[in-house]
Amino acid sequence: MKKKIQTPLTNEIVESLKAGDQILLSGTIYTGRDAAHARLIECLKNNEPLPFDIEGSILYYVGPAPSKPGEAIGSCGPTTSYRMDDLTTPLLDLGLKGMVGKGKRDLKVIESMKQNKAVYFAAIGGAGALIANSVISSEIIAYEDLGAEAIRKLEVKDFPCIVVIDCYGENMYETERQKYERK
Amino acid sequence: MKEVSAFNITKAVAEMCQEANFDLCGDVKEALIHFKEKEVSPIGKSILEDILENAELATVKRVPMCQDTGMTVVYVEIGSETVVVDGFIEDAINDGIAIGYGTGYLRKSVVKDPLIRVNTNDNTPGIIHYEMVEGEHFKITVAPKGFGSENMSRMKMLKPSDGIEGVKAFVLETVSEAGPNPCPPIVVGVGIGGTIEKAAYIAKKSLMRPLDAHHPDEHIKALEIELLDSINKLGIGPQGLGGLTTAIGVNIETFPTHIAGLPVVVNINCHAARHVSRTL
Ligand code: SF4
Repeated sequence: MKKKIQTPLTNEIVESLKAGDQILLSGTIYTGRDAAHARLIECLKNNEPLPFDIEGSILYYVGPAPSKPGEAIGSCGPTTSYRMDDLTTPLLDLGLKGMVGKGKRDLKVIESMKQNKAVYFAAIGGAGALIANSVISSEIIAYEDLGAEAIRKLEVKDFPCIVVIDCYGENMYETERQKYERK
Repeated sequence: MKEVSAFNITKAVAEMCQEANFDLCGDVKEALIHFKEKEVSPIGKSILEDILENAELATVKRVPMCQDTGMTVVYVEIGSETVVVDGFIEDAINDGIAIGYGTGYLRKSVVKDPLIRVNTNDNTPGIIHYEMVEGEHFKITVAPKGFGSENMSRMKMLKPSDGIEGVKAFVLETVSEAGPNPCPPIVVGVGIGGTIEKAAYIAKKSLMRPLDAHHPDEHIKALEIELLDSINKLGIGPQGLGGLTTAIGVNIETFPTHIAGLPVVVNINCHAARHVSRTL
């Protein structure tokens, strides 16, 4: 059974999500990867406003391929999340509620997720063509000069992902691997 | 003397960049189907199904299977009795990359300076390797390489006394440490011997070998089989969410080395294992 979730994320929604839940996400999400994160942190340092309302928002770690004419977006699977770890906790402190990526997060991110009630979803890395089917529209809202790394506002419908680390710190990357490990 | 025109090289490279990114290699597809049948984790199995569906969709829609369309690695085999005419070979290849990535709506993922980091906007330069062979011959291989998996690759200068057990331990440690990051299921390329750069070169080159072909040396073939089995006992599974399918292949290449050394490089490739070859 897949759970349908609508953005923005509230504390109630986040608390209801458990590691292992398969999710179909709908609503607005924002894209941002390495270079965009560096700029967001720069913004905070300079006391400038962020280019989108971060309260209750979800960031998707992705640098999409260019869209072909007539398509909302090109292939757009997740990029590896650990590269954003050092730039994530200030955003969680400001109300970022969800992150979509792939791969491990470090302890300080997980601690901050527990404190701030946030959730980490994984999408299937390398399934960018399939994932693009659930994106209805895409619009660059900041840092256009960064090309694929610009911040985009995506409207998604039934975007498929899995809760890998929930707001209680339960982490599927650890629990599931142990189940299938053979000595 | 065989003549190959720069124009034909550019055209071929442009087409191959797109083909590699749109059409998952047959051997990889076969391996994914084979492992999907054997996968016991329900989530793992459904991820493998999605990956196969994604490949199908990419082929039909002529879009890249993965948005990371890679840094473009190119291998050129040039015969001793072959000349490139009407242009310089390196420019011809880079022009092909720029055209292929531009007209194919492929992502441009290359920055000009590794520290200043401004995008070149056409995915050039490619990483181009030349190999001389005898006679009239010109073969070109295009292998876009994603960095989710490239970043999880490692090298180590082992001691000769570490031997085969040391190699096994290093490969397993590298894959285990990488965990979910390189988009498992992965293909593991291993280079053993030579010097530090030779080991890296043959590790990547091994990824060009079809997954259903083993190394011709019996002891290396045995090592490939054993390592694949041990890797799949780690439990990492598809996308690191648990299961029996962590790798769909281990390819090893070796080269003579120095009496004092045993270099090993593990080059991890993801399931979007892309390579296309053509003889001109
Ligand atoms: S590691 Fe491979 S499959 Fe994963 S995002 Fe990178 S190129 Fe795509």
